[in-house]
Amino acid sequence: MAERRDTDVLFKALADPSRRKLLDLLHAHDGRTLNELCEYLDMTRQGVTQHLDLLEAANLVATIRRGREKLHFLNPVPLQEIYERWIAKFEKPRLKALSDLKYRLEKTNG
Amino acid sequence: MARSTFVYVTYIRTTPEKLWSALTDAEYMKQYWFGIHCESQWTAGSPWKMVSGEGRILDAGQIVEADPPRRLVIRWQHQNKPELKAEGDSLCTMELEPIGAAVKLSITHTIEREPSNFIVAVSGGWPKILSNLKSLLETGSSVLQDPYPSSQR
Repeated sequence: MAERRDTDVLFKALADPSRRKLLDLLHAHDGRTLNELCEYLDMTRQGVTQHLDLLEAANLVATIRRGREKLHFLNPVPLQEIYERWIAKFEKPRLKALSDLKYRLEKTNG
Repeated sequence: MARSTFVYVTYIRTTPEKLWSALTDAEYMKQYWFGIHCESQWTAGSPWKMVSGEGRILDAGQIVEADPPRRLVIRWQHQNKPELKAEGDSLCTMELEPIGAAVKLSITHTIEREPSNFIVAVSGGWPKILSNLKSLLETGSSVLQDPYPSSQR
């Protein structure tokens, strides 16, 4: 149950272009403040804050306080989990099919 | 001074004590760290090293702070590749914070230079290691056996 809720929150967080843009911005340059991120998005400061809160709730963004500033970092761990759960295991049968094909073709050639 | 920082956070359904032991027990570590383990007395001031499955020393340094089961700080220098060793010491902080039935594990890895190839190198590894550790603690088995299945190394 808890597993499913985590996954729902994660995919919902990714299902928005502004939030994906925020992740791309942090990927390009990590450790930015809210002010720095606001410069790139055509929306109010409150809007950006709400998106960042959702990303933090999904654990896609981690924050660190440095003095008065709050720095935002891209946290790649949940994306790695998506990769393992939703990509890697579906990739394997296809790679197997490709290597079987190669084997069969090379065998008929020889 | 310029600084490169990477932050990794994962929530693991376990206790801080079990997580601390998973982070410091050499035999347990090998199960989620692709055969790699760390050796140390895990007390402030004691030496620390990371050893590959073949017994090669990959990284070495010193425990700066150890407050079980809450906080561990390691002074960490790469040893294997000359260009990464030349970047000098990095600092790896691990913080364990109980939240409900889970523990929030935050790992902050910093080096006082920008850009840093060392930080780029570790940033590919940490998410895999942490997601393996999470699976192992929660389900009893890890997901990934091969750390670099493509041409990453």
